Amino acid sequence: MSEKPINYYVPSQSIWPTLGALGLLFTVIGAGMSVQQLGSNSSSGGWILTLGFIVILVMMFGWFNDVIDESQANLYSEQMDRSFRQSMTWFIISEVMFFAAFFGALFYVRNIAIPWLGGASNNAMTNLVLWPNFEAIWPLTTTPDGVKTQAMPWHGLPLINTIILLTSSVTLHFSHIALEKKNRGQLTIFLAITLVLGISFIMFQGQEYVEAYQHMGLTLSAGVYGNTFFLLTGFHGLHVTIGSIMLAVMLFRVIKGHFTPENHFAFQATSWYWHFVDVVWLGLFFFVYII
Amino acid sequence: MSTLVKNNNKKADIDDFDHAHDEKPRGIMRWLLTTNHKDIGTLYLGFSLLMFFVGGAMAMVIRAELFQPGMQIVDPNFFNQMTTVHGLIMVFGAVMPAFVGLANWMVPLMIGAPDMALPRLNNWSFWILPAAFSVLIASLFMPGGGPNFGWTFYAPLSTTYAPDSTALFVFAVHIMGISSILGAINIIVTIMNLRAPGMSYMKMPMFVWTWFITAFLLIVAIPVLAAAVTMILTDKYFATSFFSAAGGGDPVLFQHIFWFFGHPEVYIMILPSFGIISTIIPAFSRKKLFGYSSMVYATASIALLSFVVWAHHMFTTGMPLAAELFFMYSTILIAVPTGVKVFNWVATMWRGAISFEVPMLFAIAFIILFTIGGFSGLMLGITPLDFQYHDTYFVVAHFHYVLVTGAIFSIMAGAYFWLPKWTGYMYDERLAKLHFWLSLISVNILFFPMHFLGLAGMPRRIPDYALQFADFNQLVSLGGFAFGISQLLFVVVVVKCVRGGAKAQEKPWDGAEGFEWELPSPVPYHTFSTPPKVK
Repeated sequence: MSEKPINYYVPSQSIWPTLGALGLLFTVIGAGMSVQQLGSNSSSGGWILTLGFIVILVMMFGWFNDVIDESQANLYSEQMDRSFRQSMTWFIISEVMFFAAFFGALFYVRNIAIPWLGGASNNAMTNLVLWPNFEAIWPLTTTPDGVKTQAMPWHGLPLINTIILLTSSVTLHFSHIALEKKNRGQLTIFLAITLVLGISFIMFQGQEYVEAYQHMGLTLSAGVYGNTFFLLTGFHGLHVTIGSIMLAVMLFRVIKGHFTPENHFAFQATSWYWHFVDVVWLGLFFFVYII
Repeated sequence: MSTLVKNNNKKADIDDFDHAHDEKPRGIMRWLLTTNHKDIGTLYLGFSLLMFFVGGAMAMVIRAELFQPGMQIVDPNFFNQMTTVHGLIMVFGAVMPAFVGLANWMVPLMIGAPDMALPRLNNWSFWILPAAFSVLIASLFMPGGGPNFGWTFYAPLSTTYAPDSTALFVFAVHIMGISSILGAINIIVTIMNLRAPGMSYMKMPMFVWTWFITAFLLIVAIPVLAAAVTMILTDKYFATSFFSAAGGGDPVLFQHIFWFFGHPEVYIMILPSFGIISTIIPAFSRKKLFGYSSMVYATASIALLSFVVWAHHMFTTGMPLAAELFFMYSTILIAVPTGVKVFNWVATMWRGAISFEVPMLFAIAFIILFTIGGFSGLMLGITPLDFQYHDTYFVVAHFHYVLVTGAIFSIMAGAYFWLPKWTGYMYDERLAKLHFWLSLISVNILFFPMHFLGLAGMPRRIPDYALQFADFNQLVSLGGFAFGISQLLFVVVVVKCVRGGAKAQEKPWDGAEGFEWELPSPVPYHTFSTPPKVK
């Protein structure tokens, strides 16, 4: 809240929100149809989904373009900047809750569902009558109805990825400091390194998935261990991908000479997002891989 | 008065704007491309009213089928789709958008802000809703039918036994969630950052306070819903087994995740009501709100408690005894802050110079009927009693008292209260009174006998029932049809009021307080480009 009255920038009419809603409509219809058409020959859903993505990309490009122009034209006040920062913070809180739900599922399955299937608490008959041979262990390498899989070890690729992601958070912080010190050279280099680290993380993750599917029998249908593994790491990987795209846009803008020590909300937001993704990974590495 | 906002990024246009007083774009493009909080508020309210009638029509189908025992009009699968989609539409399409619409209209006016913090994002949150609901409603016409697993979509009804169209339901819920989260972020940031200088948190109007807390609940709860539907999607289509014991999962896990979202969701649909009632009761009692700060703390307590009561929906599902006891006690605890609120409203009216215009009538009906819903909630919150009441019509009676005579009555009260401000005309008091009395009588004929049906053991969500329930069901159905038809009167009143009537003054209600009543009626298109002074 500011004490001196300032004009709060209220943008004029804009096509982008409406286009965004249209894009989401196509995406939802397309995604819904694609999922229903799994295993069949029809591909109409895929086309509508692609159209939806294209519309959303156009929307994001146009919308961000407007916002960047307005920002470069100094139309934004300090108060506006605060609105942006607070919005990003709340958005990240909502993302935290999204991951929290999947972590919650993991904890429930590990500590409650599987022990109960093994006869813990007052569930002795569940075990005896339904699956007498079931052994309640984690990682769940044999499901109650007998699907077998291997557990993903924490050393090897996951450890390398942990180091990569932690390093990337540090390099991004260095580039932020360079931005505040007006050192454009360092800013560009550290930002570029961060982006490269992000992309290599995604590639290693892909390699890990190939490994899991082809050699370890660890798939989406391999029971609840594979389910929690793939949904947690998958959604995390998706967030790293989004974060990398944001980093790429920031790199592009830095090269164009955008951002000053006083005015760099977009950079700040990307950085927050990246650190958030990093913290989620630490939780993942600990709860999904190590213990 | 100069109430214009710098509205364009081109300098020349700004000058034009300063000369053209209160210029607004014309035609359909005004609504499609708007960034104006008042336009977007109107869109939300209009959409919500439309969905109220769509969901209401489904309720009429349900009540027609239940008019007599035996299978009468629709087949059971279609009946299930009606109960499911009626619930989804009323929760996500009618009640929530109505509150967001009121927030869009009133929060900037009440805190002296020029608009919402992020006006373009605001329009996006709105237009996602028609997209989401067209997909949801279209799924009813797909082969195999639409969602038929109840609005709570318990696994395995929504996985193993679900219709083919479930994917569309899942993705529609996803984008409704996006809309809600973006809308909530916008409201919370507007409140935190755009208050007029001098308006500290503890000087904010109650409606703003309740929405502040509601927005927080939305931001924290809705992502959990997104995760729940995602797991339903992968369980149904990608062979995962989160909710299937054969793969090591557990269907009970679904209920925990769903209700972790679901219980805060329940308060998302009632906290803004508390704000509206706390605005209207003082205005027509011509007294200040009794116990403002206790109202704020009570609202915050209800919100925090809402995260630790979710398993009271699952007493009969099976839980360790300690969990049953914990969730029973935490549930009963909510009666304390809620009691504080009801006490404060009554204390506000005590020795007030009360007049009974329609907003006040709805507000008083709210207090009494919501309290009935609250008490039946307490009965349900007691674990051993819930074993008897669970999944009976008693539950249906309980949450309809809370949501229809609670949430929807408060929305009606708010609409009548602010209509003069929005349109510049007074609504037809005689017709509106008729609407109120018809609604009040019919809604009680509709929902009150459901308590008895439930206590006598009639299960919910079943298209047929035993003979002994026939009389009460006929009564309930008649009440339902009467309530449905009465709501058409509301449309008549609103349309009449938009088109003309007696001119409304700046402040048509003597006792009303706040910035919004210092503005002319109808409110200019742009307001508070410079923030008002807080007294």
